Amino acid sequence: MTTAIPNSYRSGPDDRGHFGIFGGRFVAETLMPLILDLEKAYAEAKVDPAFHAEMTGYLKHYVGRPSPLYYAERLTEHLGGAKIYFKREELNHTGSHKVNNVLGQIMVARRMGKKRIIAETGAGQHGVATATLCARFGLDCVVYMGAVDVERQQPNVIRMEMLGAKVVPVQSGAKTLKDAMNEALRDWVTNVHDTFYCIGTVAGPHPYPMMVRDFQSVIGSETRTQMQEAEGRLPDSLIACIGGGSNAMGLFHPFLDDPTVEIYGVEAAGHGLTQLHAASIAGGRPGVLHGNRTYLLMDEDGQIEEAHSISAGLDYPGIGPEHSWLHDVGRVNYLSATDEEALAAFQLLSRLEGIIPALEPAHAIAKVMELAPKKPRDHLMVVNMSGRGDKDVPQVGDILRGRARAQ
Amino acid sequence: MEARFAQLKQEGRSAFVTFVMAGDPDPETSLAIVKALPQAGADIIEIGMPFTDPMADGPSIQAAGLRALKAGMTLKKTLQLVRSFRDSDAATPIVLMGYYNPIYIYGVDRFLEDAKSAGVDGLIIVDLPPEEDTELCIPALKAGLNFIRLATPTTDDKRLPAVLANTSGFVYYVSITGITGAAAADSSAVGAAVARIKRHTALPVCVGFGIRTPETARAIAANSDGAVVGTALVDALRASLDPEGRATPKTVSAVADLAAALAQGVRGAQQAAE
Repeated sequence: MTTAIPNSYRSGPDDRGHFGIFGGRFVAETLMPLILDLEKAYAEAKVDPAFHAEMTGYLKHYVGRPSPLYYAERLTEHLGGAKIYFKREELNHTGSHKVNNVLGQIMVARRMGKKRIIAETGAGQHGVATATLCARFGLDCVVYMGAVDVERQQPNVIRMEMLGAKVVPVQSGAKTLKDAMNEALRDWVTNVHDTFYCIGTVAGPHPYPMMVRDFQSVIGSETRTQMQEAEGRLPDSLIACIGGGSNAMGLFHPFLDDPTVEIYGVEAAGHGLTQLHAASIAGGRPGVLHGNRTYLLMDEDGQIEEAHSISAGLDYPGIGPEHSWLHDVGRVNYLSATDEEALAAFQLLSRLEGIIPALEPAHAIAKVMELAPKKPRDHLMVVNMSGRGDKDVPQVGDILRGRARAQ
Repeated sequence: MEARFAQLKQEGRSAFVTFVMAGDPDPETSLAIVKALPQAGADIIEIGMPFTDPMADGPSIQAAGLRALKAGMTLKKTLQLVRSFRDSDAATPIVLMGYYNPIYIYGVDRFLEDAKSAGVDGLIIVDLPPEEDTELCIPALKAGLNFIRLATPTTDDKRLPAVLANTSGFVYYVSITGITGAAAADSSAVGAAVARIKRHTALPVCVGFGIRTPETARAIAANSDGAVVGTALVDALRASLDPEGRATPKTVSAVADLAAALAQGVRGAQQAAE
């Protein structure tokens, strides 16, 4: 698909969808013809100027791009080290980076003549973005969401329903994102003739990890331009949270071949890496699930383990295959932040910058709090503010009020 | 496998293929069920390898896998189950069906060696399409195990040769686009699909997904080389369990009795066709 560039971290995947040993197409035969159709449709769209022109128009006028690159002066002063910038993806229409990818996939689905869109969602951000664009283009929309997530992310469930989507609570397994993805795959196997599966992250069978990355790369491309304008040079480090890893891949990818740029991905360490967590790279190993080979949380028999994170959006036992590869080749440093660290970062950022972050990017902020003070004052650090915290306000409010009462 | 289909051909009838989940509801009962199936009329036995995330299976088989895992079933114990079955039955072909990850983690070479020595005849791995043949299919064929591929209504004539290229033993035609245990298959559409597949291969074509009753089994068997029944047997097993999900004295016979009725259906197909 992508032409190989020597000594590049940006040339993957190969024509079979592999990033090193990762990626691939591990799906039931029923889905293979459709996945091959999708691969072809995306390859055609990718080289069609009309497709890009349409995308650019909607990104500007509907999504609100480019999103700002904001100098977080108060956080910078507070931490006393690196100069911290936020890439403000939370200001996009629908409140997160998810809309970039969904717009792209809906454009492809329309080219393929599909009328019914299905999606899985954890925190609901991908579900809201999908419901929004289905409303905009008059497509039927069904969103699978773990029953636990339906409970803890009520504001987004209500939004999806208002937008005309059908939200299906999934009762199997731990009733979170992994189970929602299984259920979406079952729906797809059943309704393959008229249904397009809009995957929310850089995972799943090829071409999804590549396609979602391409659509999200607008984040990193804008950051390059904006940092040149603001500081006249490239950033020194990038940092983003990782569940499946689409916001991170979108920020990282345009910088992978710039050796001076340090790159950090932050996984969810939940209660800690020796307890329940969702850090697939730190606590997992390579395996095969949901259409791709990647780092997964599993037991010694290859059974998938339940992930845990305070953030529904990071609560997944796997990670996109390109991240697995970037970890193995050593280009990206993968760190992790616990629920408690994310909560502390959530509060600090709300108070210092007047930005209530989603719990997902709060994990990235938690590591900024560790890394930034160790860097010199001319070090330029970009954090991907991947989503806003509206959806998490009731959940965090409950936790904080519960603690206040306990004291 | 070849010998079994040759024998069936001589007898002028289709195969009755049963599916049960290894270790459901516990390893001992599961072995007793598998041992009872040939007497009940099963010609080929598919044994499910339990997996936490069976993306192409319906609620019944998914629940069966979780019951088995809860009872401590592992891939190693699944192979032991086959070994124990082989102590008393050397003839009935055994096909393991499941998902790739547990095998990948077990180690492909080690798994193939252990499966072969346990007496496994073939493998059906749902999430390994021809595009990933180098993972397990080619090594399995080299190790002397059949690799049985699923063909589906979405597998068109253009794609069929790719699907059939490295398939052996038999072709498993999935009669619906959907998960296991979903809608019933339409026997005339199945007949046309089987005829279409047979234009591309000399292998027997067995049909599964959506067969629950002796009548459907008879209709499907009349139009194919075999009828595969899974969800109905798993449902019969579940209905025999106590409220805590444990086996009762009725569990083995609940599965065996239904299998016997279905086997009669399949055997009736040829008489009806004649």
